[in-house]
Amino acid sequence: MLSEGAEEILEALWVKIEEQGNKPIELAANRDNPAIEELIRLGLIRVDRDHIYLLEKGRSQALGCVRRHRLAERLMVDILDVKKKNINEVSCKFEHLLHKGLEDNVCTLLGHPKVCPHGKPIPRGKCCLGKKYKIPLKFVASLGELDAGDKGVIAYLQSKDKNQMQKLISIGALPGISITLLQKFPSYVFQIGQSQFAIDRELAESIYVRLIK
Amino acid sequence: MLEKFPKKIGYEDPLEIRLSELEALLLSDYRISKRALSILLLQEDREMMEMVKGREKENSPRIFEIIAAAQQHYHQPLSYIISQCRQREASRIAAKVMSFEPQRTATFKERLSKIMMNPVIGAPILLAVLYYGLYKFVGGFGAGILVDFLENKVFDGYVNPFMIRLVDSVIPFKLLRELLTGQYGIVTMGIRYAVGIILPIVATFFFAFAVVEDTGYLPRLAMLIDRLFKKIGLSGRAVIPLVLGFGCSTMATMVTRTLPSKRERIIATLLLALAVPCSAQMGVILALLGDKPMGLVVWLGIIMAVFLFVGFLAAKIMPGELPSFYMEIPPLRFPQLSNVLRKTASRLKWYFLEIFPLFILASIFIWIGQITRLFYFSVRILEYPARWIGLPKESAVAFLFGFFRRDYGAAGLYDLKKVGLLTGNQLVVACITLTLFLPCIAQLLMNIKERGMRMGAAISVFVLFFSFSIGYVVNIILTLANVHL
Repeated sequence: MLSEGAEEILEALWVKIEEQGNKPIELAANRDNPAIEELIRLGLIRVDRDHIYLLEKGRSQALGCVRRHRLAERLMVDILDVKKKNINEVSCKFEHLLHKGLEDNVCTLLGHPKVCPHGKPIPRGKCCLGKKYKIPLKFVASLGELDAGDKGVIAYLQSKDKNQMQKLISIGALPGISITLLQKFPSYVFQIGQSQFAIDRELAESIYVRLIK
Repeated sequence: MLEKFPKKIGYEDPLEIRLSELEALLLSDYRISKRALSILLLQEDREMMEMVKGREKENSPRIFEIIAAAQQHYHQPLSYIISQCRQREASRIAAKVMSFEPQRTATFKERLSKIMMNPVIGAPILLAVLYYGLYKFVGGFGAGILVDFLENKVFDGYVNPFMIRLVDSVIPFKLLRELLTGQYGIVTMGIRYAVGIILPIVATFFFAFAVVEDTGYLPRLAMLIDRLFKKIGLSGRAVIPLVLGFGCSTMATMVTRTLPSKRERIIATLLLALAVPCSAQMGVILALLGDKPMGLVVWLGIIMAVFLFVGFLAAKIMPGELPSFYMEIPPLRFPQLSNVLRKTASRLKWYFLEIFPLFILASIFIWIGQITRLFYFSVRILEYPARWIGLPKESAVAFLFGFFRRDYGAAGLYDLKKVGLLTGNQLVVACITLTLFLPCIAQLLMNIKERGMRMGAAISVFVLFFSFSIGYVVNIILTLANVHL
């Protein structure tokens, strides 16, 4: 298993390359980091005079690191209610524990979120790809996955399409609001406050709800 | 004014900092508070951004830098962040003064609402609404009793003879007399048609529609039908103009303005022109096929198939944003007569202002068509497609006149039927073609008015060819299958 330091480096590499489009990262501060040695030995990265490069073999490892970090953040915010300023600190420690299937369980628990609390994408895992997620425990789920009669509080909205989001905002479906799903076929009907609304599947999948027993 | 309400919502710090920066940079007078304007700018309000760009010559680059910086700070749209801040504040205030009674048992209205939104029980409810609202009230009372009274008693009995005598004694020119009170004159045909036939039908339809609308049934219907409508490129919302199309397709084409995207408006216009028979058309069809239940079934099946097929194709071909459906489901209410009457009256007024002139225009077209003998040639041309779809050439007149004056077209076909010129198959084919064919010239003009010259004309030409093509195909299939309806 990789050391914590090695995972941090992989994560930083992935973010740089995949999300910011920059090529490699500077070696400078990491020159004497034993984690570098470790990653080179495993054939995950390559180093020249002053840059670190992610190798093909390291890609999937790095992707997993990013996924675990962002899932950890989501868990802190949605379930454990960690204060905003502590999220990063706590998540950084926590992510290293999410191994051996734990990460998929956390992902399922959170309703297979697509973005972290900062709005950055969470790489999909095996658990997100199955047609029907069998969920034994479910605390946060998109409205599209709930059953009629489920009650909860809207945790957050997430849609790629700004217009979709605007529609939900305009009907008052905002974080912190209590919501009850009344019906899910042929359209989704839910109640917030004293009003009922009908929406289609795409919109329902943009509302993430923290369930209440 | 603003000093009286010093309280403002506190936004998150990163927003407040940008807001005060923006306020300091906005130098012109915008007639709203600078803070309100700054908040709109952060939410990317197009209109305000344009205005600021125009007025703050020097500061505008800096202003847009600040907006971009604020957006950079968050990963979600600022409108979302700002709405959340407001929401929190509103909940905080409401929590201080409001409390809700704990769960009580569902009332009768709530239970009825649930039943209406049930996909299985919803269908018979829809049929009941259609049967009593559309068939009995609009068809029986409006198109039957009222039309009979207005057209036969009032117009044929009093108005027309009086106007004809008046015009004859005042105007010496035969051509001008023809225009006003001839067979297709503005008064004798245009106004009589608009007031004597269409008015009672649409008035009863608007009344029934307003009753249904005020109960809160339509959003429930929209919610039931959304999934199906998505397949034809529309959202559940489009159910309102399409149902209205059963009353008057011309009016309904105008109401497609309420649909959110251009793509939906075009698809709805096409379907209205093609496969949604208006009340006048349905009256004709029922009269012609009333004694042939199997023919009626074939007619209904073909029209529904065309509706779904063309919608499906249009949704596949048309580019643009996919429709999305969101609609409030208001509580069920018992409609108030005064509201229903007021709504009916205001729609009728709208109808008269927008559609009435089109009927006058139609009279003028026919007048020109007759003088120039354009009509005679059009009939000769229409004889070909009529023969292709297996109809006697005499029916061409019915198609052309039906386009200008629905009852004439119907009467034409009806006469042919009585003389025995039309077999059962021919009747069904004629009805299918007549339904798919543009309902009337008013709708042709409305298509162009609403969708623009090119799109409106394209839709109308497509409908013209498509209606005869379907008639042709149905005729062949019936013949080959050796079916005699």
